[in-house]
Amino acid sequence: MKYSFFWIGIAIAVVLAFATPHVITNEFYIRTAYTVLQFVVLATAWNILGGYAGYVNFGAAAFFAAGAYTSVFIYKLFPLFQVPEWMIFIMLPAGGIVAALLGLMTGALTLRLRGVYFSIATLALAIVLQTLVTNWHFVGGAKGASILPPRDVPLDFIFNGYADFLFVLMAFLAIAALVIARYIETSWIGRGLAAIRDNEDAAECMGVPTLKLKLFATTVSGFLFGVAGAPLPYFINYIEPVSGFSLIYAVNALAMPMIGGATTWIGPLLGATVLGTAQEVARVVISSEMNLLIVGVLLVFFVVAAPDGFVGLIRKYFGKGGRR
Amino acid sequence: MSEVLLHCDGVSKNFGGFTALDTVDIKVNKGERFGLIGPNGSGKTTLINCISGALRNDGGSIRFEGGDISKLPAYQRTRIGIARSFQIPKPFTSMTVIENLAIPLEYVAHRKSHHTSVAAEAREVRGEAMEILEQMKLVDKADEMSSGLTQIELRKLELARAMAAKPKLLISDEAMAGLSGSEIDEIIEILFMLNERGITIIMIEHIMRAVMRFSQRVVCLDAGKKIAEATPEDIVKDPNVERAYLGE
Repeated sequence: MKYSFFWIGIAIAVVLAFATPHVITNEFYIRTAYTVLQFVVLATAWNILGGYAGYVNFGAAAFFAAGAYTSVFIYKLFPLFQVPEWMIFIMLPAGGIVAALLGLMTGALTLRLRGVYFSIATLALAIVLQTLVTNWHFVGGAKGASILPPRDVPLDFIFNGYADFLFVLMAFLAIAALVIARYIETSWIGRGLAAIRDNEDAAECMGVPTLKLKLFATTVSGFLFGVAGAPLPYFINYIEPVSGFSLIYAVNALAMPMIGGATTWIGPLLGATVLGTAQEVARVVISSEMNLLIVGVLLVFFVVAAPDGFVGLIRKYFGKGGRR
Repeated sequence: MSEVLLHCDGVSKNFGGFTALDTVDIKVNKGERFGLIGPNGSGKTTLINCISGALRNDGGSIRFEGGDISKLPAYQRTRIGIARSFQIPKPFTSMTVIENLAIPLEYVAHRKSHHTSVAAEAREVRGEAMEILEQMKLVDKADEMSSGLTQIELRKLELARAMAAKPKLLISDEAMAGLSGSEIDEIIEILFMLNERGITIIMIEHIMRAVMRFSQRVVCLDAGKKIAEATPEDIVKDPNVERAYLGE
């Protein structure tokens, strides 16, 4: 029963994704929704490693930017205005694969680094990568790169403008990320990752191939970060290393699952929706610098008062105590 | 006599310049109850770590059922039949007791099974886990969180979880440390019962009463070397063992 509820929800989400741009014609709202959905993907990607396996990744921005800069790289291969409009469908998997390889590399680090040392290594990874990109002139270097969306919208019989197309694209990525996360969580893989999170030595001695599972988690996590970042250049039209590797992505990717509830697939969805929306509202209503403050305050509050996030609170007060 | 199950042949382990194990030879026969004793820091747990794969031995070889397992990662050793309990219990704290057992059941015993449905497999895993919990007299705790267990329950969970990996060789690393007299008897009963079902058991213990009662053969380590190997009755009279424990 629980199974079918989920798939009905997915079906509704797919319909909504296609319908929204036709109902809401103000591009501002579509762009805001894109940003929130992007955070759903980032939070879900982070959660596969951080929530399920317990490896806290501070370098989310590096994987995200790896996806974004893969797109920039592909874009720059073509003469100006000559990038085919379907190229986005190449950029997406390409960004994913580059970030997945980066994830695989990070996974190898877990051989020797656990706990806080792993987190520090991911932070260092982000800095190293940012330095590399800053000094790589082909993708714009420190002065950044201007990316113009193609004149023709792909599948233009459905979409009115490029923003609409990107919105639906990101909605699909978010749905796909949630389906993947839920599959991992409820399968033997998720139970193995939970064992690793609880006690890695005991997990290995109980027959769990810890290294393989960790590599799987870092790779899938990296892939999702990458595909979330791939459409970014087309979305913001101008990208430079400081904004591409922005702390906002790293902090949000970590804070959203923590606030939503890190051990279930629905936690990042809740966290990203609530926090992402709150930030976008604050950006418009109060000030554009307020949004990170909100995240910080909420994160401190939740870590102290409700360490299991929204999901933990809901379980506590609407008592379905049986499930973990 | 009977068949050799585990053969440690000249096993050595160094940590930097420190020799934790120095060419240790041990043979454990199939179905045997084997005791491993030695003063603190003598290398008992290091030896167990080398056998179970948590550490790699630097020298010598470890053979299990005739095949060299020195290079195998720990999870594969568990899959071929070596399970251990930990000296300090390491439960999966976010899981219930039965979910703790489901991990080895799923990753070792049921790895190759192809069920028609996920639900059927889950039911079977649960059934088998309950059976093990019954043997361990832990059945009434099955659906409790493992983080809320008492010390003796944690020790039993350690053994139950190791049993769920369906081992041929069970290594019990100080499963009784810190328990009361009657609790120790309870654990010994369980180990005897497992041994009767054909499981070879290596018991590492400081509690001599338990080792003496349980073991058929005892090896004593001191400073990484095997200093004695005898029946429980004889080993306490061994001058080397006396020296190791009491000094000159």
